[in-house]
Amino acid sequence: MTTRIHTYLWPATRHILLLAGALVMLTPFIWMLSTASKPQTEIFSSELHLIPHHFALWDNLRTAFAKANLWRYLLNGLIVTISIFGLQVLVALPAAYALAKLRFLGRDVLFALVVFCILIPPQATAIPVFLLLHKLGVLDTYAALVLPFTISVFGIFLMRQFFKTVPDDLIDAARMDGISEFGIVWRVMLPTAIPAVTAFGIFSVVAHWNDYFWPLIVLNSEHLQTPPLAVAQFRNNEAGTNYGPLMAAAIVIIAPLVVAFLFAQRRFIEGITLTGIK
Amino acid sequence: MSDAVATLQAVPATARNRVPVFAGSRPAARSAYALVAPAFILMLMMLIGPLAGVIALSFTDYQLGAPSFAWIGLSNYHEMFADRVFWISLKNTLTYVAIVVPGAVALGLGTALLIQSGAGLRSLYRTIYFLPVMATLIAMAIVWEFMLHPQFGLVNGVLRAAGLQGHSWLQERGTALYSLCAIGVWQATGFNMVLFLAGLVSIPKHLYDAAEIDGAESAWSRFCLVTWPLPGPVTLFVVTISAIRSFQVFDTVQVLTKGGPSKSSEVLIYTMYAEGFEFFRSGYGAALTVVFLAFVLLLTLVKSALGNREVHYA
Repeated sequence: MTTRIHTYLWPATRHILLLAGALVMLTPFIWMLSTASKPQTEIFSSELHLIPHHFALWDNLRTAFAKANLWRYLLNGLIVTISIFGLQVLVALPAAYALAKLRFLGRDVLFALVVFCILIPPQATAIPVFLLLHKLGVLDTYAALVLPFTISVFGIFLMRQFFKTVPDDLIDAARMDGISEFGIVWRVMLPTAIPAVTAFGIFSVVAHWNDYFWPLIVLNSEHLQTPPLAVAQFRNNEAGTNYGPLMAAAIVIIAPLVVAFLFAQRRFIEGITLTGIK
Repeated sequence: MSDAVATLQAVPATARNRVPVFAGSRPAARSAYALVAPAFILMLMMLIGPLAGVIALSFTDYQLGAPSFAWIGLSNYHEMFADRVFWISLKNTLTYVAIVVPGAVALGLGTALLIQSGAGLRSLYRTIYFLPVMATLIAMAIVWEFMLHPQFGLVNGVLRAAGLQGHSWLQERGTALYSLCAIGVWQATGFNMVLFLAGLVSIPKHLYDAAEIDGAESAWSRFCLVTWPLPGPVTLFVVTISAIRSFQVFDTVQVLTKGGPSKSSEVLIYTMYAEGFEFFRSGYGAALTVVFLAFVLLLTLVKSALGNREVHYA
């Protein structure tokens, strides 16, 4: 009797609790989709209904794209996140290789510095970095969005730990073949490190696609806005009048990452929880 | 490929007594410096320099665009400690942390345990709970704003249907900060869940078998005996991470309440942003940053002290 209860009752309870929680987690997404699919009159009615009487998603999307240059903002997001990631790899991989595999005076001090820098929260350096970019005269440009993040100490740390596990003989063999140290980084180390680089890439792209703080500070020009900034701007312009197109714009902004996430959940979860180590 | 495997096996034999061929040889050392140079220079420019800079700035009256500045010692700090807004901001930040951390950690742990306690639909649940972590927070904050709309929002609509009184959640002094906390918990739960899941997976199955043999027949008693005591270190780790992340709360505040109404949702980073980037009082903003930094550093030290987050089952 008791075993019977345990075999049926517990799984049922588990699913009920998890489904209830899942509903709470999904409610904003459902409500976003529902509102984006409703015409204005249905949105501004006190009677609650989930399924629109008149399906207006395409109209709202069209309005959103007409009112804000969403393609441009998505392109900005792509340019900025890809540039940041590319430069981070370009800077971090050689340093990580040297820290993991070469002996030179000051190596341990440098590594200690890297570990220390991981602890610095990005908001802490905002004012001096802003002043520096002001001095350089690059505020309100792509460079202002990208430059401060070209150095990822976390990326160096992560790749260094990974390179430690690469056998020395692989490197020695490459040296015998006359490949330079610089060549070793890209032709020997990088290919072995693809999984780690992928995880780091997901972490980096998600963090910077979603970042609001930094673009808000350094940008003025509308045509340079990244997706989060653009959707906040859209909301300010419409000031509570046009919820349908606003929700449609929100869908457009979160869609690229959410779709990518749904296709490669395991990799994404792995990549983003790297922040846990950070 | 087989070459690589062969090399892998060869390592232990040679690694011990080998002195790297190039150690100390000057060209190799030179290329090492060339490899680390870009990273080192950028680290000085973008991290260490600015960190020192923010501390130095906090002792000046520098304002962006001003032709000169003066060292004013602790004046910024005196001004800050005498400012009512600073104390409100600090209190609100601590309140936010004190609500979001226990909320998101408890729910994250609960969800992880529930998911792990059965086999069905594991990855579906994991995906759903993780979705808020992935989605751009600013976009979702705007969705929440509409859900909390006094007249046409979902939340008040449901409350009305249940015969309860709604609120102007984000516009009332008594509810604005708590509404932001709710969004914070909603967003952070999935992240904590994943950290806990990673911790729970590492609990060896034989411990559960042993518990069952020892008479822990129900899932609940096995939970009490095995699962609960073990994620202790993981929990401590998740708590400190959540606290650090909560201290950085900014996005939802900036877009939804701007610290209002009447400073009731003003938080540290938002105050810093307003002083440093809206009023361009760089020196005063730097002093606020130093306070923020002190809290985060304290939490980071706690986290580092916990260091090894592996759970040991000796």
